[in-house]
This record gives sequence, structure tokens and C-alpha cells, in this order.
Amino acid sequence: MAFSIHGIHVPHRKNTHNDPIRMDAPKSVTIPMSMHIGAPSTPIVKVGDEVKVGTKIAEAGGFVSVPAYATVSGKVTKIQSIGLSNGAATSAVVIESDGEMNADESVTPPVIDSRESFIEAIKQSGIVGLGGAGFPTHVKLNVDPERIDYLIINGAECEPYVTSDTYTMTARGGDMERALIAFYEYLGIQSVIIGIESNKKAAIVAMQSVCDNLSDKFKASVKVLPSVYPQGGEKVLIYNTTGRVVSAGKLPIDVGCIVLNCTTLAAIGAYLKTGMPLVEKCVTVDGGAIKQPQNVIAPIGTKISDIFEFCGGLTQDPAKVIYGGPMMGITVPDVELPIMKNTNAVLALTEKEARIPKTTACIRCGSCTNTCPFGLAPAAIAKAYENKNAEALEELCVNSCMECGCCSYVCPANRPLVQTNKLSKAFLRESKAKEATK
Amino acid sequence: MNEKLKLSVSPHIHSGRSTQRIMLDVLIALLPATVAGTIIFGLRSLLVIAVCMASCVLFEMLFNLIVKKEQTVSDLSAAVTGFLLALNLPATVEIWQCVIGSLFAIVVVKCLFGGIGCNVVNPAITARVFMLIAFGSMATSAFPTVVDTVAGATPLVEVHGGRTPALIDVFLGLTGGTIGETCALALLIGFVYLLVRRVITWHIPVSLVGCVFVFSFFMEGFNVIDALVLVMSGGLLIGAIFMATDYVTSPATAWGKIIFGVGAGLITCLIRYFGTYPEGVSFAILFMNILTPYIDSWTRHKVFGEGGAAK
Repeated sequence: MAFSIHGIHVPHRKNTHNDPIRMDAPKSVTIPMSMHIGAPSTPIVKVGDEVKVGTKIAEAGGFVSVPAYATVSGKVTKIQSIGLSNGAATSAVVIESDGEMNADESVTPPVIDSRESFIEAIKQSGIVGLGGAGFPTHVKLNVDPERIDYLIINGAECEPYVTSDTYTMTARGGDMERALIAFYEYLGIQSVIIGIESNKKAAIVAMQSVCDNLSDKFKASVKVLPSVYPQGGEKVLIYNTTGRVVSAGKLPIDVGCIVLNCTTLAAIGAYLKTGMPLVEKCVTVDGGAIKQPQNVIAPIGTKISDIFEFCGGLTQDPAKVIYGGPMMGITVPDVELPIMKNTNAVLALTEKEARIPKTTACIRCGSCTNTCPFGLAPAAIAKAYENKNAEALEELCVNSCMECGCCSYVCPANRPLVQTNKLSKAFLRESKAKEATK
Repeated sequence: MNEKLKLSVSPHIHSGRSTQRIMLDVLIALLPATVAGTIIFGLRSLLVIAVCMASCVLFEMLFNLIVKKEQTVSDLSAAVTGFLLALNLPATVEIWQCVIGSLFAIVVVKCLFGGIGCNVVNPAITARVFMLIAFGSMATSAFPTVVDTVAGATPLVEVHGGRTPALIDVFLGLTGGTIGETCALALLIGFVYLLVRRVITWHIPVSLVGCVFVFSFFMEGFNVIDALVLVMSGGLLIGAIFMATDYVTSPATAWGKIIFGVGAGLITCLIRYFGTYPEGVSFAILFMNILTPYIDSWTRHKVFGEGGAAK
């Protein structure tokens, strides 16, 4: 039976249409050792060391981890612990820039002759899922090539404000093409689908021409998708491009799919060409409090405050600063925090934009369940959570929730529904763990 | 500046929908029926509406004050209840009865169950039934003041008596009945407004009215006109459009709504044809209100990836 994935029409508010502007070297960068899912990187530099752009400053802390590189040239001034926006603490290497941005001489294109050396090269590039998750890309690719039916490139970019992926697709087609050829040569990938929302016309044209260039080698196609949030959700994208269903707790590879964000793909292509690891990131700087909303290419580790300043500063004190889009992004406690590998946007929202209306009683209107892309019943989940009923939560499939936020967005009583879903998942985990130890 | 930054869990934007705006839309959608009712039954209609709305709001306010609950009257739901109750009463109703009906709707049916969102049955419809039983046949004893052609309490009584009123009369509401229920045209305008504003979906009204139409069509010997007259008579349209669609007491999903509508339609017809009351839609909706939690649990959406969607 076909499943119809619902969604919502969110305001686009995409105010950044320009090609990105490259930022000058900031005075200093703060490079967290944990910009990815997995073990933190282990610093190999000490205070006082001279570094250049691309100098390795930390080794991968395990298999599910990546090395870290200096993103400016200059001197290591501090290795300190910083608090990240998710509440965790991590060590970070602070580099004072000499303003030169000299590249490290050791940076040369990687030599690749096999699947193993390809995956190792990707690990050394420091590339992680740039769409937001930050999962180390080499781990995702380290599967039996026989299992991969489709490589799906996520160019949906369904979050309001954010346009950095659109820039990638319109301007970095060459990098993406190079990466796709490498995937074909070393991982034997035969079928590529690039999913893009229908309102990104220029990106569709650019990606179509990439696909045309590759057509003599393997199947590559653009799939134009309706502009409905959350089109870029991994499971949504897989279903809407291939019709395959990833159940709760399963991975895309379980249905023969690998999904990469388009900017991740472009980063791989650029690395294959130059050998320069991932040291900079295109970030959408937007929101009502920003004087000149624009896309900025900045060294990873640049402080948010420096980026705001580069965009003409703020028109007013923002009420909220967010990493990522407004639907799933994470609020930033301090603008002295750096942008990271998986930061695709920094938004400074005004009081008006970030205004959250008062929570009132649930009127059982059903909007949440009729909006949920996966057919969950958030109001019922909230009730089960209130009653601390693990059995009911399981029955209501709370673990299928991808936390897209549609339910909270539409709720006329402004109930914190997606938030409750998150708490419910944690509660379910705990109660299962308790049961296991019994 | 940093200590001023708000920290919160995503999402960081909201659609702007609110309970208050939804209730306001319902109030707006009831205006055509109010105008029609006032023209047909006279200015006293406005008095009845004012008394019901004021007492509903006042009782909710007082209840919240007494039990020290947060004030909720600004969500306009009490005003909607009062408005709906008034439109379900004849213009000739005694004012003290309006006050008692409002007290019953707000305090007994709504507030004692926990206030908005917690009531099991629809307050206005339950109060209508309560008043029908408590105050005798008052709920169906008003006659139009603008025309003198119609005799009999409601067209349903006439149909039962073997005389069918003209289709145009029931469409325009020139028949006996309560303030807001007689003018099909006005109610349909309100229906369209609610659909356009996406306050309600078509499922409950269409399945409920459709079910009554089909049933009546068979019972009236395949006479389309008679079936249409029956559909537009009594409290069917106001019930189907404004009372059966009450969020709190109706199912959430499309299929749940259709089951609710068909169920209410069937019960309406059974009461109309085989019961002792001429009108059954209030009882029918009340009955389906009680079944709603069960319908809701039977008709949950299939969850993506949970056996619902095949590869």
C-alpha cells in the first residue's frame, strides 16, 4: 500500500540569493574537537605551534571519528574546553591568525587506487555529513558495495532561510561531478538520484547538466520534489526518490540507499582535486536582526560574532541565534561560539520572528496527527508520556519520529509536541534499559 | 547581549494559528445564520443570543475564579458555546431558561470535566438536549414572524403528518424551528467559510448529511425533493456543520470523521423515522461524541515504516 507522506508549507524567507562572499581571515578561530557524531578528535599540536591552512591539528579519535585541520595560518594560542550548543563540553584548539591564510605545503591531492584508499582519503579529508548531522562520511561509505543500489544526493533544502545548498548546486557542479565519478569508479555506484525541491529552478538546471555529463558512464538523474517541508528528511527523501521505506531503527543502507548532502558531495570533489581538507564552509547568514543577509564562506571555527560583523552587524539585539534552519536548528547560547563543519546557516532572529505564542490546552483538533509526515499521533504520545506509559508510547511508534517539528509548528494551542516526542523517546530508552537490568 | 539570547528546543517558528483565531472564525461563520434568524424570527433572537453568550462567558469566568484556575474566556470557546446554544433555541424561549441552559453547558458539561479540550460531549448540543427534556417541547415551538403560511412546529412534524413543505421555504428557512437552524442557505455560507479558513474539513458534515439524504431518499420512495427537504429541515445542517465538527468531541483523522458522520446520520434517521422525537440529530451527535475516543483509537494513521507502507 502506498504511503502518502504529509508535510507543511513553511514560509520560505530565503533572503540570501547572492553568490557567497569569502570572508577575510578572522583574528582567531576556535576549532572544536567534536564537530561530528562519534569520538572526538585528539589534538596533536601544542600551544605555540605554528600552523598553516590544512595543517593537521588532531587525529581521529577512533573509527567513527575524523581528523581536524587548521583553518587559518597562524599560531596555536590555547587548547581549552568549550561548551557547545547541545550542552556538551569539548576541547577546542584556538588559533590566532597571521592574516596570511598560507596553505600547508603538505597539502597535495590524495592518491587513490582502490576502494580502501578512497574511503581512507575521505576519512583524512575531515568530511562529515554537512547537512547537519555531522556523521563521518567515510563510515557511511564503508559498506559492502554490493548493498548499494542508489546513491541519493540531498539537495532538497527544505528549511526556511537556508540557501547554502542551493549555492553548492548552482556553483559547484564540477566538484560534485568529480565526486560522483569517484563513487562510480571506487564504490561501483551505478545509480544516482539528486533530489531537489521544485522551487530551486537554477539548481535543477545545474544538476541536470551534471547528470547529462555522466550519462555515458552510469545512471544519474534529477528528481524534482514538491516544495513541502520536511522534503529533505532522510527517510522522506529516500521514499520520495526510490519508494523505499526505512523503518524506525533501520539505516538507509538497509534498503540499499546511501544519502549524502549535496554540499558533502561537493566537499569530497574539491578534496579529490586539491587535497585541501575541509577547512571552510559556506554559511547562510540571515534573520531579521542581520543587517545584510548573505551567504558567507568562512573558515571553520570562525566565531559567530565575527561573521555577524562581516555581514554589517546586527540591526537589533537578536532574541535567538540559531545554528541551522528555524525548524530543526539548535539555539546558540553565546555568539562567541564558532561555526562548525555541519553549520549550514546562522540565523539571528528578532523578538518578532522568534515569538512563541503561549501554550494553551489541547483542543483535540487533530492538526498534529494530520500533519505528521509519518502518520504519528503527537497528542496521543503527549498523553502517554504524561502518564509515563512506556507500553503506550511503544504502541504509538514514538521512535519513528524524525523530530521535524511539523506538529509543534501547526498546533493552535502551541503545545510543545515535538519536544515531548524527544522526551518520550528518552523515557522509552530508559525504561527499556531498566527492564533489561531487572 | 548573550545573556539575553533565548534558548529553546526547535522549531523556532510557529504557524501563527491559535485556538482564539479558530473560535473567532466559528463565530464569524455563525453570523449569516444569525442574520437570517433575526429576519425570520424577529429581534428577540438577538436578545436570546446576547443572553446565552454573556452567561456562558460569565459562568466560565466565575468557575475559573472560584476554582482558582487560569482564566480561559479569552480563547472565545465559551462565546462559541453560548452562540451555538442560542441558535439552537427558539426566539420565544424564556430568558431564565437561557441562563440555566448556559450554566449547564459551561459548568456541568465543560468546566467540571476540566475545561476546554477535556469535555467528553459537546456543551451546546448537550445543553440543547437538556433543555428539550427539562423544559418540554420549547425547543421546537417558534414560528416565523415574517410569513404566515407555515403552520406546525418544524417541517419534520409536518413531514411526519404527511405534508411536505416547499423546498424553497426550507432552503430560505421560512419554517418553524430554532433561531439558527432553519435557513439552509445561511448555514451553507458559514460552512463554506469554515472550509476556506480550514477550520474544519468536509468529512463530518458531508458524510452525516449524505447519510441522512440517502436514508431519507429510500424512505420517501426515491423522491429527491422530499429527501432534500428532510436534509434541510430541523437541526441537521447546523448540527452537522457546527456541532458535529467540534474538535474536542469528534475524531481526528479523515476516516474517523467519516465513521462519526455516517454513524450520526444513521442514528438521526432512526430517531426521525422510528423514534418518538421528531428530531434526532442532537441525540445522534451526543451519542457519537461518546464513541469518539474509541473511533480515534480504531482509526489512527498508519505509521511510516510500521507495516503501513510496503516497499
